[in-house]
Amino acid sequence: MELKDKFISSFLAVDDFIDSHGPIYDIRNAAIKSFEEKGFPTKKSEAWKYTSLKSLLKNELSIFPKQENAVELKDVRKYFLHDIDTYKVVFVDGKYSSFLSQTTHDGVDICLLSAALSKDKYLPIIENYFNKVAPNDGMSSLNTAFAREGAYLYIPKHKEVEKPVEIINFYTGGETDLMLQPRNLIVVEENAHVQIIERHQSLSSNAVLTNSVTEIFVGARAHVDYYKIQNDQKEASLIDNTYIKQERGSIASVHTFSFGGKLTRNNLNFYQHGEHASSVMNGITLIEDTQHVDHNTLVHHIAPNCTSHQDYKGVFDDRAVGVFNGKIFVEKEAQKLDAFQQNNNILISDKATINSKPQLEIFADDVKCSHGCTIGQLDQDALFYMRARGIAEKEAKALLMYAFANNVLESVRIPELKKRINKLIALKMNVQIGFDL
Amino acid sequence: MLAIKNLHAGVEEKDILKGINLEVNPGEIHAIMGPNGAGKSTFASIIAGKEDFEVSQGQILLEGEDLADLAPEERAHKGVFLSFQYPVEIPGVTVTNFIKTAINETRKAQGLEDMPAGEMLKKIKEVAELLDIDRKFLSRSLNEGFSGGEKKRNEIFQMAMLDPKLAILDETDSGLDIDALKIVANGVNKLRNKDNAVIVITHYQRLLDYIVPDFVHVLMDGKIVKSGTKELALELESKGYDWIKEELN
Repeated sequence: MELKDKFISSFLAVDDFIDSHGPIYDIRNAAIKSFEEKGFPTKKSEAWKYTSLKSLLKNELSIFPKQENAVELKDVRKYFLHDIDTYKVVFVDGKYSSFLSQTTHDGVDICLLSAALSKDKYLPIIENYFNKVAPNDGMSSLNTAFAREGAYLYIPKHKEVEKPVEIINFYTGGETDLMLQPRNLIVVEENAHVQIIERHQSLSSNAVLTNSVTEIFVGARAHVDYYKIQNDQKEASLIDNTYIKQERGSIASVHTFSFGGKLTRNNLNFYQHGEHASSVMNGITLIEDTQHVDHNTLVHHIAPNCTSHQDYKGVFDDRAVGVFNGKIFVEKEAQKLDAFQQNNNILISDKATINSKPQLEIFADDVKCSHGCTIGQLDQDALFYMRARGIAEKEAKALLMYAFANNVLESVRIPELKKRINKLIALKMNVQIGFDL
Repeated sequence: MLAIKNLHAGVEEKDILKGINLEVNPGEIHAIMGPNGAGKSTFASIIAGKEDFEVSQGQILLEGEDLADLAPEERAHKGVFLSFQYPVEIPGVTVTNFIKTAINETRKAQGLEDMPAGEMLKKIKEVAELLDIDRKFLSRSLNEGFSGGEKKRNEIFQMAMLDPKLAILDETDSGLDIDALKIVANGVNKLRNKDNAVIVITHYQRLLDYIVPDFVHVLMDGKIVKSGTKELALELESKGYDWIKEELN
C-alpha cells in the first residue's frame, strides 16, 4: 500500500482520537478529503521544484507512536534556554510531557492544544481560529487530519508575556521512521506581546519526519517575536508550515536558524489584513554534507501602508543544497507598501548548490518593492588579511561568516538566545571565538 | 633578522620577482622604491605568505628560519607584519574585537594565555592616543566606510598593538594628507627599537622625510637594481627612474 493510502485508511480505522462531537470533527474530515485529493507535494509543483520528499516518504513511516517513551531532564536540559526562566510546552514523541513543561493559566493560557480542544471554555477561540489561516494544501491538510497535540497560546489583549515561551518537540528514536504531526495554535490579541522559541529535537540517530503546522493570529498593534532553531540530528527531517495572520499595526517577526537536520522545508506565510502591519523574516542557514534547507516564504499584502522585510543569509559547504523561494504578493488595495527582500549566499565548496528565486507579483501601482540576491565565495583577500594578522584560517573563515550573518544575529531580541546561537555557530564551525559579536 | 636570498616568484608561468637579495638587520629601516609594476607589492605579500604566488627559487629566512612552509598566520605569530596597501573591509567585526582576536590568537600560538582584559584595554588606550585615534573609531566595523587615511592609520594601530619584529609598510603613505602622514610616521618612529626592523615600500620620497631609512633600494622588473642611503631617495625624487634604466643598459 502506498503511504498516502496508508494515511487515508488509518484515518478511517483509527477513530479513537476523533471525538465526533468535538469542535474540529468536521474540519478533520474535510482535511483528510483534501489530503486525499492533493496528496504529497512532488517536484512537478512549482513550489517544490528544488525539494523532493520522495526519499523521506517511505512506506514504513509509522503514523502513531506505538509506545510511550520518557526522557530524563538531564539529557535534554541543554536544549532549553536554561540560563533564563521560560514557559515551556514540551512534547516527547508527540505526547505532552507535563514533567518537562511549565505552563500557565494565569492571565494568559500557555498550555496544550488537546486540553484546549476538550474543554468548553476554549470553544470560542477554537471555533474562531483553528484552521482559519492554514490553507488546504497536502501537507497542511495531512497535519489537520492527524494532529493530536501541540502548543496552545492565548494571550488576551494588552497582556505582555513576561518571559519567553519555549515550544519543544523531542523525538526519542524509541521506534524508527516515525512521522510526527505537531500542531500549534497561537492567538495574540490586540496590543499583546509574546516571544516564542520553537525547536524540534531528535535524541537519537533514527530517522524521523516532522510535519508541523503553526497558526499565529496577531491582533491589532500586537507584537509576536518567533524564533525557530533547527539544529537537529542527521536523520531528522522537518516540514514546517507556519501561517501568520496580521491585523492593523501589528508586528510579526520570525527568525529561522537552520544548522542541522537532513531535509528542512520552511513554508513561512504572512497575511497582512490590517493597515500598517509589519512582517519580518530573517534567517541564517549554515549547512554541510548533503543537508538540504528550503525556505519558501510568502508575504501576502492585502491592506495599504504595510511593510515587509526579509533577510536570509546562507552558507553552504560540501554537497549541501539550499533553496530560497521568496514570494511577495501585492493586492491592488495594498498601496504605499514598502517591501524589501534580500538573500545572500556563500558557497564554500564547488559541489554546494543554492537555488534562489525571488517572485514578486504586484497589482498595486504605488509601492516600493526591492529585492536582491547574491551568491559568492568567501572573500579570499579578506581571509589573507586576517591570516596575515595572526588569525588562523579556520577562525578567519568563521569570523567572516559571523560578519556575513551579523545583521540577522543582531536582530535577535532575547540576549540569551543570541548568545546560544553564537555558540551553535561556533560549534558548527569548530572554533572558539573569544568574544560575543 | 631577515635574509632574502635569490628570491624568484610569480604566478603560473609569469615571473614577477627575478632574483631578489636583501638583508635586514635589527634596528634598521629599509625603503624599497620603484616604478609601478616593478613587483613591490608582490614582494611584500610574498614575505607575508600570500598563497596566490609561487616561490620557484630562493629563500626567505627570518632569524635563520626558512618561512617557505609557513602559513600567513604562522609568519604573523613569528613577528611578521604587513600593513596593506588596500586594507580589507570586514563589516560586523569591530576594530577592537578584531585586534583582540589577532592578539590572543598570536598568544595562543606562542603558548600564552589570553591577554587579561584590563591590560588589553590599557594598551588599546595608549596606542589610540599615540596615533591620535578617536575611541569611537575603535567600535566601528573594521575598515567599513573608513576614509583612505583612516584605513592606513588603523593599519598602524594594529601594528602597534601586535608589536612585530619585522613590519612591512606597503604604500602606507598613499591616501594620507600631510597631517595624517606625520601622525603615522611619528607612530612608526616611536615603535622602533634596536630589536625590530621596518621595510617601507613607497613610490614617493615624501614619507621618507618622516621615517628616515638607513638604506634605500630600487626595485625594477623584479630585481633590486640599486641600493644606497637616504640620498638615493632624494635623487629618485628629482630625476625619476629613467636614469637608472639607462645606467643598467
